[in-house]
Amino acid sequence: MTRIEQRFGKLRSENRAALVPYVTAGDPEPGATVPLMHALVKAGADLIELGVPFSDPMADGPVIQKACERALRYSTSLRDVLDMVAEFRKTDAETPVVLMGYLNPVERMGYETFVEKAREAGLDGLLTVDLPPEECDEVAGLLESAQIAPIFLVAPTTSDERIGHVARAARGFIYYVSLKGVTGSQTLDTSALAERLEAIRQHTDLPLGVGFGIRDAETAGQVARVADAVVVGSAIVRLAEEFDGDPAGFAHAASEVVAGMRVEMDRVRASGVEASV
Amino acid sequence: MSKIDWAAFPDARGHFGPYGGRFVSETLMGALDELQKAYEQYMGDADFMAELDHDLQQFVGRPNPLYHAERLSRELGGAQVYFKREDLNHTGAHKVNNTIGQALLAKRLGKTRIIAETGAGQHGVATATVAARLGLECVIYMGEEDTRRQTPNVYRMRLLGAEVVAVKSGTRTLKDALNEAMRDWVTNVDDTFYIIGTVAGPHPYPAMVRDFQAVIGREARAQHLEMTGKLPDALVACVGGGSNAIGLFHPFLDDESVEMIGVEAAGAGIESGRHSAPLCAGQPGVLHGNRTYLMEDEHGQIVGTHSVSAGLDYPGVGPEHAWLKDTGRARYVAVTDDQALEGFHRLTRTEGIIPALETSHAIAHVLELAPTMRPDQSIIVNLSGRGDKDLNTVAEREGITL
Repeated sequence: MTRIEQRFGKLRSENRAALVPYVTAGDPEPGATVPLMHALVKAGADLIELGVPFSDPMADGPVIQKACERALRYSTSLRDVLDMVAEFRKTDAETPVVLMGYLNPVERMGYETFVEKAREAGLDGLLTVDLPPEECDEVAGLLESAQIAPIFLVAPTTSDERIGHVARAARGFIYYVSLKGVTGSQTLDTSALAERLEAIRQHTDLPLGVGFGIRDAETAGQVARVADAVVVGSAIVRLAEEFDGDPAGFAHAASEVVAGMRVEMDRVRASGVEASV
Repeated sequence: MSKIDWAAFPDARGHFGPYGGRFVSETLMGALDELQKAYEQYMGDADFMAELDHDLQQFVGRPNPLYHAERLSRELGGAQVYFKREDLNHTGAHKVNNTIGQALLAKRLGKTRIIAETGAGQHGVATATVAARLGLECVIYMGEEDTRRQTPNVYRMRLLGAEVVAVKSGTRTLKDALNEAMRDWVTNVDDTFYIIGTVAGPHPYPAMVRDFQAVIGREARAQHLEMTGKLPDALVACVGGGSNAIGLFHPFLDDESVEMIGVEAAGAGIESGRHSAPLCAGQPGVLHGNRTYLMEDEHGQIVGTHSVSAGLDYPGVGPEHAWLKDTGRARYVAVTDDQALEGFHRLTRTEGIIPALETSHAIAHVLELAPTMRPDQSIIVNLSGRGDKDLNTVAEREGITL
């Protein structure tokens, strides 16, 4: 059983939803990332989504664009990010880590080299925003052999037919993008969300994570009611801008946000809502 | 080289060999499927094609001439040089061939809002023009750096009723304008049609834009046959994203005797690293929805580009060019800013035609190529745009205040 499966299995037995913070690796500086990951776990994170900085983050809003720019001041590369995962693994053997980014840095490293290094580092999943299932055959086989989950997005615009297609290629969990738009967009309609997740569940038994538009503990709690995992990115990353030059301050503020969401998510689930899977 | 069936490319999923494809976030996949269906349906629809032909004639002014530059040919002392006069189109460049086509598709799909990216501003102007004519809302994304280099075109777009957004992220040039247009599209995908200006981006854009631009090569081929009774020996066009070049090249792909040469921007010189020549000095990667040659660093980050011409200042290139390069069907060279300026002045003074700085790259190469050929041979050069928009840039480089 993979670390991701173990983690979701355990959460399900406890009737809890996974809390998945996203941080951009190397933001605001490379030395800050591994301590930040540990701090987030301590604050209640179940899985870490680690962003790989890219020069042209087309699917991201201004908050994560700026995070990439800060990380790239130090030329934080995919190689560096995998080193961070390996460093994190030295003292945390249980928390799954998923990389989220764009395909080109992976292409440049070479799929085989990437998968080998990622396996050595103890990586659990890879989400490349600009790699739909149609184009993933080559890398998916390699990932599979290394027990690294290819994680795919489902969007509000994804047709029912495509959901089936995405579900067949996906491992680990499915990431439902709750809004049309880039990361960090506003407003989330949770009743429409519940309906949509139900439609996706017709196609898969994989856990369903929801991201985009989760700004605070209250929204995180609402989403935890219907989803298996809550992904929160811009709400944390915007703190890195505020605490640029103060990595400890950033880790502290980010931990507070995560801890607040943890409490609210667990409260909502404990107040009588059955786990949805 | 074994014989390649060029008509078989791209394949059903938009691949030109290893290049092309559809590398976008999931939110856009539905819109791209919808676009592909519409494109396939209407390219075979007699009413649509009749409307397109009518607009190309009556609004754009096609067919434009294939002009025999006799004086320049004589001076160069080699091949006969013919210019396909895309600069005489309404809005002054080849870009409008494509925007007319895509805007008609947008109308068929019931979209009410048009967005586009632009570098030199020619595609932005051509998009704003068709949007004005069809009464569609129009937003143009342009790198802040380019809005400074191309102020007349910014004003032109605003006169036409478009909102011009100066993009301040990244290198503030064409690639960043494209990123921002993609972000807009992913947010407003229900009512918005994204008119991409070149033969790049996710499938079906490279094929669709090529098909709209192929009118250039179809006309040029027929005109050259009529004027000389034979095919040309070589085709030359500048390549940024590569739409004017593909438009000229594509109808000649099966004519094996016709050599095809794409001219990239070497900027301050390939060896300086400050250039925009991914085919000559880059390598394959994935950006803006397709796999193609890119300018990137060792970690796969896209690097800043440089060219005196904003329209060539882009780190990628259309995937079909990547494929034509690898198969050897076309070859690609690069000329520097200084050489392009030389081409600009030479054509202006010899033939009385002021070319765009993008086009001047193609002309600069012809100044070298033509003398190596015989006077009974001929070259068609795509005169892709006129130079009015570049007068400030040229004057500034030469220390002249207008």
